[in-house]
Amino acid sequence: MKIVACIKQTFDTEAKIVVGGDGQISDEGVNLIVNPYDEYAVEEAIRTKEKDGGEVVVVTVGGDKTQEALRYCLAMGADRAVLINDPVLAGAGSYGISVALAKLLSEKEAGFDIIFAGKEAVDDGAAQVPSRLAEKLDLAQANVVTAFELSDGKATATCEIDGGSETLEMALPALISAQKGLNEVRYPSLPGIMKAKRKPLEVVTLADLGLSADDVAAKVELVVAELPPARMAGQRLTGEVDEVVAKLVQLLQDEAKVI
Amino acid sequence: MEFAYTDEERMMLQMARNFAEKEVKPIAKEVDKEHKYPADNVKKMGELGLMGVSVPVEYEGSGMSTICYAIAMEEISRHCASTGVIMSVNNSLACDPIKIFGTEEQKKKYLANMASGRKLGCLGLTESNAGSDAANLSTVAVLDGDEWVINGRKIFITNGNEADYCVLIAATDKSQGHRGISAFIVELDNPGFSVGTLEDKLGIRGSSTAELVFEDCRIPKENLLGKVGKGFKVALTTLDGGRIGIASQALGIARAAIEDAAAYAKERVQFGKPIAKLQAIQWMLADLSTHYEAARLLTHRAAYLKDQGQPFGKEAAMAKLMAAETAMKAGTQGIQILGGYGYTTDYPLERYFRDAKITEIYEGTSEVMRLVIAANILN
Repeated sequence: MKIVACIKQTFDTEAKIVVGGDGQISDEGVNLIVNPYDEYAVEEAIRTKEKDGGEVVVVTVGGDKTQEALRYCLAMGADRAVLINDPVLAGAGSYGISVALAKLLSEKEAGFDIIFAGKEAVDDGAAQVPSRLAEKLDLAQANVVTAFELSDGKATATCEIDGGSETLEMALPALISAQKGLNEVRYPSLPGIMKAKRKPLEVVTLADLGLSADDVAAKVELVVAELPPARMAGQRLTGEVDEVVAKLVQLLQDEAKVI
Repeated sequence: MEFAYTDEERMMLQMARNFAEKEVKPIAKEVDKEHKYPADNVKKMGELGLMGVSVPVEYEGSGMSTICYAIAMEEISRHCASTGVIMSVNNSLACDPIKIFGTEEQKKKYLANMASGRKLGCLGLTESNAGSDAANLSTVAVLDGDEWVINGRKIFITNGNEADYCVLIAATDKSQGHRGISAFIVELDNPGFSVGTLEDKLGIRGSSTAELVFEDCRIPKENLLGKVGKGFKVALTTLDGGRIGIASQALGIARAAIEDAAAYAKERVQFGKPIAKLQAIQWMLADLSTHYEAARLLTHRAAYLKDQGQPFGKEAAMAKLMAAETAMKAGTQGIQILGGYGYTTDYPLERYFRDAKITEIYEGTSEVMRLVIAANILN
């Protein structure tokens, strides 16, 4: 069985977000990690392989630094990795990334049985790539999955939905996007880290995939990034009850604009 | 010169830090307070390869560098110095001498079990009259046919209560002084062995500190480690390596105190502003951070020299001396920054303070470190 895990390298969840003078988020000095939801995806991929055999291929789009994230997944137990690294993709949004991944997975890495991905990345929180990828590859998909099982070539996934959960059954190949709770992610062992150094990590460009810059051009433009405004000190209203209530209503209407 | 982490060092740092924060930190207070040996975490650390970091893969170790070992030791000790010393003793004092001096059979039989974490090791060296004067041993081993017969008592043995194997240093010919000392591997399920007194201690309370009692303890002749009369060299070589582990443990404690005190100073408001804005506090943190960084460079350089197969005894002594004194100072000043709160058990500063003290004592006191350094630069 060929099992694919899609990951994204993101900021450490404890990183301090700094917006540079150019209105873009600065990654200087920021510790980068594998997106936590994608860790569940990689873990599920490895567990599936441990149960049913096969190989786990981790794929991502990113720059040179992203190799670290892939090595981390290899240290966890994935077998090999493919990095789509092209300067053209630096500003690509969810659209361009899913185009590139779909091309990789339909040609060069064709023949997979299942794809695992995180339900969203903790940085932009867009939650676009898994569904876009499934659509482009014409796969059955289950999103925000908290339980997964594979038997007799059939996948069963429990998905979080508003007010409850639903269980879906689907034929392979399929795409599963992972939610917290799907599994408990392992730590890479030290021998695993040593082995990861010798596992294959292939880097491909857009040209290698037969794609042009136009094919992956962003559909959305990031105009400016801003930090949320600093929290203001609270106000205490004092005086007679009637006055205080009137003042409060006025503030809720004019300042807080909630009524 | 190269000061950047390699890929594997960075990954190991990330893994050890995650593990320490998620598994070690939550129980550290209880481990200390209840004198509780963290058995579950030691088992997990074995599975992750942390109990035999620098042991070759063929003996079920992780096959990593001593620098990786130092990094991992610091991360574990950042949250629990007890767990740190359990790990350090198994790696440095039990695995290392067998890795360096053991026969192929001994490595297969004992090293693999300890490096994988299936078994725990300790080093039996210190006696009531042989502390810093390590050669003055009264535990004796006498060859009787195909067996060595061991008699004597060892004290202050870390992991002594839980260990399965002991690397034991004993006199085989008392007339020869330190040339009459030999090293052995003892399986501790031996009927001639028992655990004596367990110490109640100021710090590192989650690790056992035990008396080992050997009464006509018979072990096979082939459990001699190294050559007859060369046991003192086994002990000294082992301690040189151990000091890199303890220096790293001290770095972890120092960093814990500095990080926690800095976080507190940024929150604690006095005179209308956070105390971190006060120069008195800033200078304490600046000095501590500088000492910490210096000690860390010394430690990693000693580890680097060990990996290169070069002499590292002086550097390891310098690293341990500097790191231990930094940990003690960080514990003292960390509490000072927290004031009355630092003195209570509501904050972990008092634990760091108590844990720090032992690093100035075990595996060679700070006085012995100065002796080693002086001997190296004057001879």
